[in-house]
Amino acid sequence: MLRFLLGRLAMLVPTFLGVTLVAFSFIRLLPGDPIELLAGERGINPERKAQLMAEMGFDQPLWKQYLDYLGNILQGDLGTSFASKQPVVDEFFALFPATVELSLCAIFLAVVIGIPLGVIAATKRGTFIDQSIMGTALVGYSMPIFWWGLLLIIFFSGTLGWTPVSGRISLLYFFEPVTGFMLIDSLLSGEEGAFASAIQHLILPSIVLATIPLAVIARQTRSAMLEVMGEDYVRTARAKGLSPFRVIGVHALRNAMIPVITTIGLQIGVMLAGAILTETIFSWPGIGKWLIDSITRRDYFVVQGALLLIAAIIMIVNLIVDVLYGLINPRIRG
Amino acid sequence: MSLLEIENLRVEFDTSSGVFRALDGVSYSVDPGEVLAIVGESGSGKSVAMLALMGLLPKTAKVSADKLLFNGQDLKTLNPKQRRKLIGSEIAMIFQEPIASLNPCFNVGFQLNEALKTHTDLGKAARRDRCLELLNDVGIPDPKSRLKSYPHQMSGGQCQRVMIAMAIACSPKLLIADEPTTALDVTIQRQILELLMNLQQQTKMALIMITHDMGVVAQTADRVIVQYKGKLMEEAPVLDLFESPKNPYTKALLSALPENATGDRLPTVADFVQA
Repeated sequence: MLRFLLGRLAMLVPTFLGVTLVAFSFIRLLPGDPIELLAGERGINPERKAQLMAEMGFDQPLWKQYLDYLGNILQGDLGTSFASKQPVVDEFFALFPATVELSLCAIFLAVVIGIPLGVIAATKRGTFIDQSIMGTALVGYSMPIFWWGLLLIIFFSGTLGWTPVSGRISLLYFFEPVTGFMLIDSLLSGEEGAFASAIQHLILPSIVLATIPLAVIARQTRSAMLEVMGEDYVRTARAKGLSPFRVIGVHALRNAMIPVITTIGLQIGVMLAGAILTETIFSWPGIGKWLIDSITRRDYFVVQGALLLIAAIIMIVNLIVDVLYGLINPRIRG
Repeated sequence: MSLLEIENLRVEFDTSSGVFRALDGVSYSVDPGEVLAIVGESGSGKSVAMLALMGLLPKTAKVSADKLLFNGQDLKTLNPKQRRKLIGSEIAMIFQEPIASLNPCFNVGFQLNEALKTHTDLGKAARRDRCLELLNDVGIPDPKSRLKSYPHQMSGGQCQRVMIAMAIACSPKLLIADEPTTALDVTIQRQILELLMNLQQQTKMALIMITHDMGVVAQTADRVIVQYKGKLMEEAPVLDLFESPKNPYTKALLSALPENATGDRLPTVADFVQA
C-alpha cells in the first residue's frame, strides 16, 4: 500500500509542473494587461506603464518570469492580488470554505441519491421504474445549470417562498467565522435559528450543483451494476443462500463501485467548474466567483494562484480516489 | 426414499424470437450418498436443470415440474426465503470457472465465513476455526494465511478448492458440481476430482456431477444420465452405459471419444443422430 501511495505521489510532480505552465501561459494569452485594466478609462502614459511593468517584473522575458514564479511557489508565495493587495493564498483560503461547503453538500446529495437510484434502476432493468429513473437522469444531465438554478429560485423562493434567493445565511445573524463553514459556525455561534437559516441557504445551490453529478453517478452505477450482476461470483453469492439485499448491496455493489468511485472523483473536478456558475447565480461568496472576477481584471497572480490551488485540490481528490480504488479493488494493490 | 426427485421438469426462456425450451420434461432421482453424472454436449440442458433446482435461473426463465422434491420437501411450494434457507446449506453448488466464481473484492476468509454466518449459529471464533478446518480439509496449505488471500492471488485449482470448502461448509446433503474441472489443467483436474470423491465418501453426501467428459464419468459416477437438446436420452448404471449403451446418442458420444477411434476419421455425433 505504501509503495502504491508513493508511486501515486511521484506522479503528482510532473502533473503539478504542467499545471503551473498552463496557468502561467493561459492568463498571458488573453489580450490586455493588468496595468491597463487598473488604469481604467483614464489611460496611463507609456513611461509610467513601463515603470510599473518593471516593478512587477513583467518586462522580463517570459521564461524568466516563469522560473521566478516557480521559485516563488516553492517558497510558498503565490503572489499578491493587484486589486485587493492581499496575498493570493490568504484570499483563497478565506473564500475556499464556502466553495468546499457547497461542493461537499452537493457531492453528498449526488452520492446518497445517485448510487441507490442506479442500483434500483439496474435491479428493475427494463421496467417502468428503470426507464423513469434513467429518463429523469438524462434530463438532469442535459439541463443547463444556470437555467435550472433560476427555475428553482423562481419556484421555491419566488412562488413558494420556502428558501432564500441568495447568500449563505440570513442578514439577521452575525458572528465571526471560526472554521469558515457556515453550517459549523452557525452551530458554534449558539444563535437560535442560525443553523436552520444556513441550511435553508445551502439547499438550493447544493441541489443545482448536485444535479449533473447525480445524473452521471446514477447512470454509471446502473451500467456498472448491470455488468457485475451477470458475473459468476454474483451467482455464487446467490447459491450460498444470501438475501437479495446482501447479494446486490454487498457482492455486486462492491464491484460496481470501482468505476463509480472513479466517476465520483472526476465529478469533483466538474463540480468545481459548476461551482463557478452556481456561485454566480446564488451570489455565493466562494472561489468560483472570485476567479471569474480576477480573470476580467487580468489579475495575473490571482488567476495563476487560484488555478494552481484548484488543480492541487483536484489532484488531492484524485489521489484519495486512487487510494479508495486500491482499498475497494484488491487486484490493483498488487 | 430418494433425496432428490424430479418429474417432468420443463424450463422455458422468453426470447425476442419466441419461447426457447431449454429443458423438456426431464425426470430423474438421486439417492442419498449416490454419485450421479449428467452428461451431454453444451446446450443439452445439464446445468439448466440444476440451476432451476437451486432457483438461480434468471427471471425470464419459466420453470414447471410435476414433482420437485428434495428430502421430502416440495421445492415448488417454498417461498424465496424458505428456498434460500435450503440452498447453500442442504444443497450446495460449485461452478465451472473457479476464479470468476469467487468475488474478487473479498478475501477467502470473508467468503467462507459468510456461508457459515448465513446458515449456522456459530460464534465468531467458532466460525474462524471452522474456516481453517475447511481449508485444511480441501487441502489448502497454510490455511491461516490463505484466509487473507484474494482470489487473484491464488491459482485456479486453489480457487476451486476454496469453492468446494464453501460448498461443504454447512455439510450439505447434496452437492452439485457443474463441470468443476473443465477450466483446470489436466493434473489439477485429477486432484480436484479425487478431492471431491474423498469428501463425498467421508461425508456420504449425494453428488451430482455435470460434465461432458466421459473420463470423469467413468472415474466418479455410480449412475449416469445422458441428456441431449433438453431431453433425457438414457439413464443407466455407469458400467452398463459404457458396456452396452442403448440410445443412439449415447453410442455417438462414446464413439466420439478419441480412445475409441477406429479408422482415419474420428466420428462425430452427427454421424449417429439426425440434428
